[in-house]
Amino acid sequence: MTHPPYLSPAYRSTLLRAPSRPPLLLKADPDTIELTSPVFGHHEVDEHEADLTRQHSGEPLGERIIVSGRILDAAGRPIRNTLVEIWQTNAAGRYAHPVDRHPAPLDPNFTGAGRCLTDDDGRYRFVTIKPGAYPWRNHHNAWRPAHIHFSVFGTAFTQRLVTQMYFPGDPLFPFDPIFQSVPGPAARERLIAAFDIDATEPEWALGYRFDVTLGRTPVEDS
Amino acid sequence: MTTPSQTVGPFFGYALPYERGWELVPEDHAGAITVTGRVLDGAGEPVPDALLELWLGETGTRGALDRRGPGASGFGRCPTTPDGGYRFRTARPATPYLALLVFARGLLRPVMTRVYLEDVPDPLLDSLEPALRATLVARAEGTGTYRFDVRLQGEGETAFLEF
Ligand SMILES: [Fe+2]
Repeated sequence: MTHPPYLSPAYRSTLLRAPSRPPLLLKADPDTIELTSPVFGHHEVDEHEADLTRQHSGEPLGERIIVSGRILDAAGRPIRNTLVEIWQTNAAGRYAHPVDRHPAPLDPNFTGAGRCLTDDDGRYRFVTIKPGAYPWRNHHNAWRPAHIHFSVFGTAFTQRLVTQMYFPGDPLFPFDPIFQSVPGPAARERLIAAFDIDATEPEWALGYRFDVTLGRTPVEDS
Repeated sequence: MTTPSQTVGPFFGYALPYERGWELVPEDHAGAITVTGRVLDGAGEPVPDALLELWLGETGTRGALDRRGPGASGFGRCPTTPDGGYRFRTARPATPYLALLVFARGLLRPVMTRVYLEDVPDPLLDSLEPALRATLVARAEGTGTYRFDVRLQGEGETAFLEF
């Protein structure tokens, strides 16, 4: 069991939104459209969208980082030309979203949204700013560990994944019901990026590696 | 080992929606239909921070994201409005149904369902008891408009699928 259960009471918003019945297990036939997924063309995504530090006239504040990794299927094969989207807070822990009320400064030079297509090895790479922790109202003194939201497409619509990438050694992990909703330490570990000295660029930015492995498609039996 | 899912959270609104994401086909596209409805929680209250994705099973003639020019896209994305509403303008799929994914704050993984445009003999529909079957069939409303509500929990809870 990898994914969190829908109902995770410590994360209060699940209480009225978690379906009460388990999903119906459907046997896929060859015409099942959920076995296919959108195909993305290079004309649809600009390569500059992968650099979140160059979307405005000035440089954003904070620690510049490089986040890279591979998108893989359950057998470890690369998923090529697939869309990877990310969004995150600025260095101060504030989203450039009107609903975010956290009294931390906005950064006029940082929006915090980027996207790219993977290459032939399933590889993606973003340049961004290390996001900050932020408070939320789930419970008293609730803080989210710093994270980057990821949205990834596989080769089947059933593999569609939205997740969050965390940073190594965050002291907020034990207190975060969203991170803790994932069953078991081994599965939670897969949400934590690894510091990557090889992706780190001298005199410029630290590198973090985050590989994403998508679930089995219904016709794969291994 | 599979990477676990996490909620889309409340703040995706400036990142994931894209311009005209809800318009899989232009307004003058022959045979265009509108699929519209609301997302509701276990108390019957609207879910104002959900994101819906519609998939027709083929990428379409102009690409999945591209909304320029004539032709059709096979993929669409629409965030809900404060009253939980969403809409898609789309071509009719080759199958009797469209695939629909719903993400939201409070959903630690998305829910997947199907929007059937007509109640037709179908292996999935035929396997369901009538009340559950009804949750998957859109209601035709006038010319080319289909209403399909997603009830996440409770009375009339939508049939959700996994493969
Ligand atoms: Fe977040």
